[in-house]
Amino acid sequence: MSTDTQSAPQLSEPQPGPVRVQRKLPRFAPLGLFVLGIALGAALSAATGFSVTSTVIYGVILGTLLVYVVTRAVEGRRKATDRLVTCLVTTAFGIAMIPLVSLVYTVLDKGLARFDGDFFGMSMFRVVGEGGGAYHAIIGTLIITLVATAISVPIGLFTAIYLVEYGTGRLKKAITFFVDVMTGIPSIVAGLFAFALFTLLFGNSFRAGIMGAVALSVLMIPVVVRSCEEVLKLVPNELREASFALGVPKWRTVVRVVLPTAIAGLGTGITLSVARVVGETAPLLITVGLITGTNLNPFDGRMATLPVFAFYQLTQPGTATQAFIDRAWTAALVLIIFVMALNILARLISRFFAPKTGR
Amino acid sequence: MAKRIEVSDLNIYYGNFLAVEGVNVSIEPRSITALIGPSGCGKSTFLRSLNRMHEVLPGARVEGKVVMDGQDLYGGDVDPVDVRRQIGMVFQRPNPFPTMSIYDNVIAGNRLNSKRMKKSDTDELVEKSLRGANLWNEVKDRLDRPGSSLSGGQQQRLCIARAIAVEPDVLLMDEPCSALDPISTLAIEDLMAELKERFTIVIVTHNMQQAARVSEQTGFFNLNGVGQPGRLIEFNPTEKIFSNPDQKATEDYISGRFG
Repeated sequence: MSTDTQSAPQLSEPQPGPVRVQRKLPRFAPLGLFVLGIALGAALSAATGFSVTSTVIYGVILGTLLVYVVTRAVEGRRKATDRLVTCLVTTAFGIAMIPLVSLVYTVLDKGLARFDGDFFGMSMFRVVGEGGGAYHAIIGTLIITLVATAISVPIGLFTAIYLVEYGTGRLKKAITFFVDVMTGIPSIVAGLFAFALFTLLFGNSFRAGIMGAVALSVLMIPVVVRSCEEVLKLVPNELREASFALGVPKWRTVVRVVLPTAIAGLGTGITLSVARVVGETAPLLITVGLITGTNLNPFDGRMATLPVFAFYQLTQPGTATQAFIDRAWTAALVLIIFVMALNILARLISRFFAPKTGR
Repeated sequence: MAKRIEVSDLNIYYGNFLAVEGVNVSIEPRSITALIGPSGCGKSTFLRSLNRMHEVLPGARVEGKVVMDGQDLYGGDVDPVDVRRQIGMVFQRPNPFPTMSIYDNVIAGNRLNSKRMKKSDTDELVEKSLRGANLWNEVKDRLDRPGSSLSGGQQQRLCIARAIAVEPDVLLMDEPCSALDPISTLAIEDLMAELKERFTIVIVTHNMQQAARVSEQTGFFNLNGVGQPGRLIEFNPTEKIFSNPDQKATEDYISGRFG
């Protein structure tokens, strides 16, 4: 692979320059070697009965080895190690991408079949076979997530402000500890908590969207606290001191200086925490359950939500099995679109609200 | 306007650590008082204790008296917020509010306190403060641009404009020129010479030429060793400090034979 245009370092030269001249591989050699390795892998795979999986596995291993060995022979140990680590890191990235790409592809492939006007315009009211839609579930998810956000954001944001601006000593440590514990609560436990709470308060047969919203809040609050806390910590102390030195009381400093400075990060964090809970299934399954019609009142009666809708379509298909499975995939696709939209919204928030520094 | 500050037996603590011990000093109105000394000797700590910014840090406290025109600033019924309204401060690093325009930065002291002002009064105050800080001509055409769009020296003068816009009696400056180039430094020194007509100014500086150039009185802080509290070794007219100081330590420090 080495080229003959380069010459070996002339060690006998009486006064070598300060920088050692080394032999170098041409620019595209590493990539070429890697591709060659893949080709060898394909050959090896063909010898043992061809399959794509074994081609990729053999190819990556052979390609990495080839790049390392040739680089070591031509350019020396340091460059070889550099290339080896580059190969390993790139491979790890590739492995991480496989499930994501495969998932998005599968959901798009199967979900697009019912990605039509009916799906967004109709509920499942009196639909037992084909047709129908998830209008009721989409609205339900929006309402419940909105209520959950309305509960979580004030509690989470104020907790974060307390932790960063006011908290000292044991209480602060205790709150931080319990927030960390809450972050790890399994979602089903949050659902059982909300279920038990509302059963104790309103009796056994009570069902309402607010139960799901409370369950989601239990999951959402620690995420909001954590992200807001990190963002508030990033606000330079100098700004607080500048405000104090102007004779501004602490609470006004927090409201008028700290929060506006951090608004981009706060918006991003809150949006991402919404994205975190919008697809939760278990707590909604045991609290709000599912109905076939549209219920717009989160304080009375069961509500449909997209994750639960998808779950029931898949597990309890009626007579027209394929129609139910198609609806489940489309519901999954809509959920993914929700999450992606929330992520994009988070990026837009951080771009538009970031403090302007331009000259 | 400008007021005299009398400090007596001031001990300043961080938690249980005594950082500055036994300071007795009288700061004259309408003059510039410079504080010099090696790093970590408590100059900035002392400066911050003058407008009760010291106690913003958790565990920090002060013993002794700081009296401004007969009123003890550390008296039980004194609100630190009111103290800071009368004793403004400029920090080492320029710190304009990044979310605000140049205009809003200047009137931040009023606006953050939700003081209602007529638009014409506000405009007047902004122009007066920016002229006072020698910045008006450079920024008058771009008052709506963010404060962070200015250069470092301009930002520092913006911070001075912000501090004098609330009409304090005393202006504390904590190494205001240490992050600036010589030209911006000169601009701020000229500005201090103008401001001392209206304010009492206390400046902490590591630059002894600067102390010699701008100040009437100079205080030299020093500490005996690591972990020991800092002390005010000598406080005298600047000319005396730099020509014939009373203390050997002062002379050693000024002539560079320190440590």
